Amino acid sequence: MNRGWISGVALFAALVLLLVGSGAFYTVTPAEQIIVTQFGKPVGGPVTEPGLHFKLPFIQAVQRLDKRFLEWDGAPVGIPTKDKTYIHVNTFARWRIKDPLQFFLRLRDERSAQSRLEDILGSETRNSVAKHDLIEIVRTDKDREPLRDDTLKAGPTGTGSIGTMPPIKFGRVMIEREIQTAATGKLAEFGIELLDVRIKRVNYNPDVLSRIYQRMISERLQIAQRFRSEGEGEAASIAGKRERDLNEIQSAAYLKVQRIKGEADAKASEVYARAYSQSPKAAEFYSFLKTMETYRTILARDSTLVLSTDSDLFKLIKHIDAKPAPAAPVPPTPAQ
Amino acid sequence: MPNKFPPQLPSFGQNPHATRKLATIAVALGILYFFWTSFYTVPAESQGVVLRFGKLLKTVEPGLHFKIPLGVDEASIIPTRRQLKLEFGFGTSGSTNPDQADTSDFDEQKSMVTGDLNSALVEWVVQYRIADPTEFLFQVREPGQTLRDLSEACMREVIGDRTVDEVITVGRQDIEITALKRMQELVKLYNLGIRVDQVQLKNVNPPRQVESSFNEVNKAQQDRENMINIANGEYNKIIPKAKGEAEQTIQTAEGYRFKRVNEAEGDAAAFTSVLEQYVKAPEITRTRIYFETMAEAIPQMGPKIIVDESLRQFLPVLPLSQKPLEVTR
Repeated sequence: MNRGWISGVALFAALVLLLVGSGAFYTVTPAEQIIVTQFGKPVGGPVTEPGLHFKLPFIQAVQRLDKRFLEWDGAPVGIPTKDKTYIHVNTFARWRIKDPLQFFLRLRDERSAQSRLEDILGSETRNSVAKHDLIEIVRTDKDREPLRDDTLKAGPTGTGSIGTMPPIKFGRVMIEREIQTAATGKLAEFGIELLDVRIKRVNYNPDVLSRIYQRMISERLQIAQRFRSEGEGEAASIAGKRERDLNEIQSAAYLKVQRIKGEADAKASEVYARAYSQSPKAAEFYSFLKTMETYRTILARDSTLVLSTDSDLFKLIKHIDAKPAPAAPVPPTPAQ
Repeated sequence: MPNKFPPQLPSFGQNPHATRKLATIAVALGILYFFWTSFYTVPAESQGVVLRFGKLLKTVEPGLHFKIPLGVDEASIIPTRRQLKLEFGFGTSGSTNPDQADTSDFDEQKSMVTGDLNSALVEWVVQYRIADPTEFLFQVREPGQTLRDLSEACMREVIGDRTVDEVITVGRQDIEITALKRMQELVKLYNLGIRVDQVQLKNVNPPRQVESSFNEVNKAQQDRENMINIANGEYNKIIPKAKGEAEQTIQTAEGYRFKRVNEAEGDAAAFTSVLEQYVKAPEITRTRIYFETMAEAIPQMGPKIIVDESLRQFLPVLPLSQKPLEVTR
């Protein structure tokens, strides 16, 4: 009994192995589409349903094609734009095998497909780039206004070209579609469908780069220059204001001071005059007092005094009963 | 030993029991292998996608699972719960995601043309998750590389609509938001099964060769501020002091005024009191003051000569000595 059971299993396993080994079964994943060929020629339509399928062993073979979107990555293409700027453009595309039978018949495998894509897409890219100005390839949104930093003005009339973007009529997306449309027609005969073509990179040719850098440098240096000269101008203006304000303050103060002093002197004079001329006697008395005061100071040491016996001081030297001082003494004039 | 026909199983010596044992061991090993390959683990951050005979069967959660071995069931492990990222223009090492960085051309990745036809160097990071594992596996071949290409195209599209100043300074956040939105659109268009969570700009610089001129602008801006500050400083040093000094002179003048007027008032008052006395007895007052003054002044003088009134004149002699003689008559 045991022996029979084991032999049965072994026989079954052997049969399965035989079938599998001879290729009567094949699986299809959701990522694949299959063309069954018999002696190299396709039979039947493409098999796209995932799962287990049968075919004739030994005679029939399975060609596996990818059902997914596949990649094409172009090498950088060096082309001049319409405005004679040399750039390197790097494009990529996603494509798929829309008609596997057609694809198989015309191209057979992916390697030839890639080379065909390279030819067609490469040439269409070149055509499009050469037809447009550089700015059309760089920009996309024609309505976009850049944020401007107003402190970066280049000159008295404004920024010039700094901080502005040249306008476009088409833009990058339209050019990509242009390439796609042009290539789609040519690829249809191979059973290939293009999902899209996109520009991955755009760069200046190294020879052009130095010119671009030069321009960038001179733009910036110009701005730097302007900042510095603005600073100097502003500083000079402030210095001028300082001088002006200083003069204003000092001269206004001087004016006030002189006025005050003048008023003070005037008031004092007024007070004196009023006091000394409040009556004729006052004026006379003042004159007398002042003279006496003056004698005190001008009759200095070591000066010789020569007086005659006529003077009031020495009148009594000659006569004992000489008259006292008269009513209005005349002050003696100093001899030369 | 000549082989018998039909061929028999190889035997070790003439021991049929050993042969039987070997066969049993082989079958046992076969069965073990069978069971060994029918289990698989899905790690914590992932999900498993199972195909049976190539047909999509199910998606499984983390844990230990059973599958039919020998090529019947195929399980792909997809890290759907892990935050993945792509780096452009630079690369951090040690990541398990093979798409994360492309070390072969950092320079080409970061070099871009801006909307004002200048050049800039932009490094950035895209953070994403695999949202739908079946889409991820079966819609696009090489979804990781596709996402990289899309990112580069997208970032350049956005940068291409901006000036170099916007890119380097004021526009960074705007760029991140716009790039994210655009990437999400494209990812949906491609059915990548990926959800882009964030786009982050890292280092953004002008090209190395022009960097110093950009720095020069900043320096010049600071120089300008500096010059203005110094000038203002000078102003503030001098003007308030001048104002103070001016005020001081005015106050001094006011003081002078008080002094002058008060002195005058004082002198006038004094005079007026003396005058009152004088008016009462003018001759006596005058005589008194006269003699008081003479008594004070004359003693301090030098030689005093009294001559008679009949003497008419002296012979003028001008002594040419050092001390001129003061003669009073």
